[in-house]
Amino acid sequence: MKPFTYLSPTTVEEAISFYGQHSETAKFMAGGTDVIVKVKEGWMEPDFLISLKRIKEMSELHKNEATKELSIGALVTHATLEKSLMIKNEYPIIYDAVSNIGSLQVRNVGTIGGNLINAVPSADGAVPMIALDGVALLHGPDGERSSDVKDLFLAPYKTILKPGEILKKITIPAQAPHTGSAYTKFGRRAAMELPLVGIGVLLTLDDDLETCTRARIVLGVAGPTPMRAFDAENYLVGKKINEDLLIEAGKLAADESKVRDSVRGKAWHRREMVRVHVKRMGLKCMNIIRANN
Amino acid sequence: MYEHNTSEQLGETLPMTTTISFSLNGDKISYEIKDHWTLLHLLREEMGLIGTKEGCGNGECGACTVIVDKLAVNSCLYLAIEADGTTIETIEGLASTDGTLHPLQQSFVDNGGIQCGFCSPGMIMSSKALLDENPDANREEIQHALAGNICRCTGYIPIFESVEAAKKMGGQNE
Repeated sequence: MKPFTYLSPTTVEEAISFYGQHSETAKFMAGGTDVIVKVKEGWMEPDFLISLKRIKEMSELHKNEATKELSIGALVTHATLEKSLMIKNEYPIIYDAVSNIGSLQVRNVGTIGGNLINAVPSADGAVPMIALDGVALLHGPDGERSSDVKDLFLAPYKTILKPGEILKKITIPAQAPHTGSAYTKFGRRAAMELPLVGIGVLLTLDDDLETCTRARIVLGVAGPTPMRAFDAENYLVGKKINEDLLIEAGKLAADESKVRDSVRGKAWHRREMVRVHVKRMGLKCMNIIRANN
Repeated sequence: MYEHNTSEQLGETLPMTTTISFSLNGDKISYEIKDHWTLLHLLREEMGLIGTKEGCGNGECGACTVIVDKLAVNSCLYLAIEADGTTIETIEGLASTDGTLHPLQQSFVDNGGIQCGFCSPGMIMSSKALLDENPDANREEIQHALAGNICRCTGYIPIFESVEAAKKMGGQNE
C-alpha cells in the first residue's frame, strides 16, 4: 500500500481545515472499509488520510423524544444500527438494509455515512434513508448546508459533495402513525453479496388502516443512482391498499426502473425482481402496520 | 504485497511514523508503526504473529479476523494506527500458557471444524466475538456472525457444529 500520513481531527472544523491545507492530496475516511481497499488497489493515492473517527458528534445515534426526529451521525456503524432495538422496532427498513451489508466484520467498522458517500448504485444504506425522507447535513469550507438524501447522488461514485465537504449526519423526520417500511436485498447468495436489486417500500395509511396517504418506493441498482419510483408511488396514494394494487405498483416500478445488463445480472431479471419484490415489501409494510395496531 | 522501508519514496518530509499503545492478548504493547500499515501487517510482518491469516486482503474472506474492543474486524482493512488505545485479541491469545486449548479451539478439533486450517483462526475469532456477546447464540445467529468467513474446503456444517458444541463447553469463557 502506498504510504500516507494519517490525520485524526477531533472536530469537523479541524477536519475541514486539514483538507484546506492539503486539498487534493488528502482524502477523508470514515470506517475505511471502502477507502482502504481503494488505496490498496491504487485507485486512490492520497498523501494524507483524514480520519473522521475521533469526531465524537459524528458517531451519535439519537432520537429526539419531543420532535421524534431521528439523528444518525455519519460515523454510526452499520452494526450499531443493526443492534439498536429502537431502529429494529421503529425503522425496520433501516434494520433490513444494514443487517446484510458486507459481513459482520465490515459492519462493525463500516459507517452509514461512508456507505452513502461511496455512492455505489448498490449502496444498501441509501435506500432506507431516501424512503424515510432523510436529510443529509453537509459541512464544508463554506459552512453548512443540507440536502435531501435522494438528491445526494449524481452518478456512480459521484455525489453533490464539494471538495473539502463532509457529510455530518442524516436526520429522519418524525414518522406519521400507521407507517410500515421494509427493504430486501435481492442477490444470488445470502451473505457477502452486492444486491442485484435492492427494493425499499414505505407506506403510511390513514386512520382507516386502508387508505394510503404516503408511499415511498425506492430502488437500488435499478439505475446509475438509487432512485424513487414516482409513478408507482403516485399510483398508490389515495387508494385503499390491497394485494392487486401492490402488484400493479410493482409493474409500474419495474417499468420506471432503469435497470441494465451487467456482469452480475441481466436487465430483464432485475426488472422482474423489482416487480415481484415491490409487491412483497408492500405486503410486509401492511403486516407491520396491522401488527402495530 | 507490502513494501518495507517505504519512507524513501516520499522523502523524509512526511511524519509517517507514530508510536501506538494497545493491549494485545492481555499484554501491554507499545510499537512504532508507519501510518499506512494495516493491523494485519503489524501483527504478521512486524510482530511475527502469523496465526492471523491473509486471504483476499480486501475484506471479503474473513481469514484475517481479529477482535478489537470486543468486535470482530478484518485486520487487513483496519489501520494499525487506529488500534491505538484498543484491546486486541488474536488467535495466539486463546490457548492457556500451559497449552490447554480454548473451548472453541478444542471444539473445532473434536468436531471436524478444521480441514486445511487456513480459515480456522478467522472462524474461531469470529465465533469468539459472537459467544462472548451472546453465549446462547442459535444456529441462525452463528451463521449470520460467520457469514463473512469463507471456508474454501466448504466445511461449513462441521464449523457451525463446532461453535454449537463449544457453547456447551463454556466457549464464552476467556
